[in-house]
Amino acid sequence: MRLEETLRDARSGGRPLLVPYVTGGLYDGWTELLEAVVAAGADAVEIGIPFSDPVMDGPTIQTASQQALARGATPMTILGDVEGLAVGAPLAVMTYANLVMHAGYDRFASALVDAGVDAAILPDLPLDEFGPWGSAADAAGIETVLLAAPTTTDERLARICERSKGFVYAVSLLGVTGERGSLSEPSSTVGERCRGLTDTPVLLGVGISTPEQAAEAVRHADGVVIGSALIRRLLDGGGVDVAADFIREVRRALDETAS
Amino acid sequence: MTAVSGRGGPVVLPEPGPEPVDLGRFGGFGGRFVPETLVPALEELEDEFRHAWSSGDFRREFGGLLDTYAGRPTPVTECHRLSERLGVRVLLKREDLTHTGSHKINNVLGQALLTRRMGKNRVIAETGAGQHGVATATACALFGFDCVVFMGAVDAQRQALNVWRMGLLGAEVRTVESGSATLKDATNEALRDWVASVETTHYCIGSVVGPHPFPWIVRELQSVIGSEARSQCREVLGGDDPDAVVACVGGGSNAMGTFAGFRDTAARLVGVEAAGEGLESGRHGASISRGVPGVLHGARSLYLQDEHGQIREAHSISAGLDYPGVGPEHVALAESGRAEYDSVTDHEALEAFRLLAESEGIIPALESAHAIAWVAREAGAALPSGSTVLITLSGRGDKDAAQLADAFADTGSGAGSGTASGTGNDGP
Repeated sequence: MRLEETLRDARSGGRPLLVPYVTGGLYDGWTELLEAVVAAGADAVEIGIPFSDPVMDGPTIQTASQQALARGATPMTILGDVEGLAVGAPLAVMTYANLVMHAGYDRFASALVDAGVDAAILPDLPLDEFGPWGSAADAAGIETVLLAAPTTTDERLARICERSKGFVYAVSLLGVTGERGSLSEPSSTVGERCRGLTDTPVLLGVGISTPEQAAEAVRHADGVVIGSALIRRLLDGGGVDVAADFIREVRRALDETAS
Repeated sequence: MTAVSGRGGPVVLPEPGPEPVDLGRFGGFGGRFVPETLVPALEELEDEFRHAWSSGDFRREFGGLLDTYAGRPTPVTECHRLSERLGVRVLLKREDLTHTGSHKINNVLGQALLTRRMGKNRVIAETGAGQHGVATATACALFGFDCVVFMGAVDAQRQALNVWRMGLLGAEVRTVESGSATLKDATNEALRDWVASVETTHYCIGSVVGPHPFPWIVRELQSVIGSEARSQCREVLGGDDPDAVVACVGGGSNAMGTFAGFRDTAARLVGVEAAGEGLESGRHGASISRGVPGVLHGARSLYLQDEHGQIREAHSISAGLDYPGVGPEHVALAESGRAEYDSVTDHEALEAFRLLAESEGIIPALESAHAIAWVAREAGAALPSGSTVLITLSGRGDKDAAQLADAFADTGSGAGSGTASGTGNDGP
């Protein structure tokens, strides 16, 4: 329970939570990004394990996934890269159900443990199909973060909030990952609905693109996930320093909301 | 010619078939592996269809559209010259004679009625060969819905005529460049659109694939093929069922609709997948023969994958079979042994395309030509001489004419053994 414990501790210190997303295997030495974003103020890091057909992802993450796959990244090479690192924050992988099923649920869960990963996020494994993976993950001590959407009914939302471990991933809008010009209207509602149902930290993600949007989002949630806005900077040629600078800016904007 | 009831007769919808249990499971396959955002819409669709499919009003309206708009019932044609040549008695179920030229119209008319019942006014669809896209665009024009069709860029090029038809029907065609730029990628993009638009939009899936309830809905809406064919075969065969029932399988909707009418008979059920350039070449679309269990586009089924679980690109000369997966109920039928699955190559399909044109004056869709090719290859072998076989001709081949004129020219074989011009393409 290292992810949830860490996030709860940070929250109880009054700190808005920040979890950046990094595509695993994006370039040689990509794991430098993990250390850099943590040093810049991330509370945990999501590592994307690229899948050939990422239906929850928009163009930015699709491009990054293709780039990593073209370099030969596989679930096991990415976990191998991560193993033994002292990042200084909990790690979660985000990937699609097929890669987990292909490896086998038990084998995948123990591979995560061996690599020092604490949690998993599987956007195409909703509550109804969650059982077999949930059992394997629980047995291995892997926390599984479930997603809550603006369309989720109250009855489902209660079950999602109860079953989700690590945090509750509140999807801030109707749509796939990618930068947006402004924070969507449903984000406040879905964040507040989740917070009304659970004590587990609630993070808003999908479409949160700027420090200003992040600051606005944490009025309705315990924190934010930032993915495409970070990855786009890397795809545009920015290196680890550009990535760290961006996360530092977001951290500063979040901290100002708490002061 | 044997007189068989067909057009002009009444459309008789079959009784509802068995509903899959445990969130759309067929054996261990199927299910609902989708982002949370889509779950409520799938639950709504499931409830709506369950009510509609047992409602007299819905069935009357659906049957009426199949009759007066789609041109059902479609006839069964006995192929005398082809039968003589092959030594087996061949009957064709003529889905090529429906409005828009393929069986896809059956499914989209039903889903259009469901769209209206749910109060939605925008429809999206994926398409490979363009037949489902054209059918969806047609139904949307009929019902006054906005329509967006996602189509891989490779497919849009090889099926340019269908792209033009969809535009004429008022649909917006969005070409998809990602991945292999074929049906798999078009389906990804349609799902991404739906995640954003689900409150106003119905995703009209074109085959027995996707998350529950789609494999069930599409099978039920297509089962009229099999129920008509069964009674028509009995008229032709003096009360008997055919020895074998054969259909091509991409996602598998025409095969599943056909099989639904014969599952409780003694007929062998044979699904024919695309072997592309050969199963050993790695360039094929034979998911049942060479796929492994996995999850794509919302369902657990068999998919072509690499050793890490990344989905591989399929290949078939026929855009409608160029898909790395197959409907979950087909996998269950294969596992139980009730249906058998085999494959034919691009080359065999091309030969069959010409064979049917020359021997019967019927130009089949390249997809359907795979079913013809299996019968041509196996007559006297897996299909004993003298047996009777029903083949579902899922669509007509006009859409393929331009592409095949080039293919035949490349192989130097010409389109017809007896023609002087040798291209078979009499267009400008």
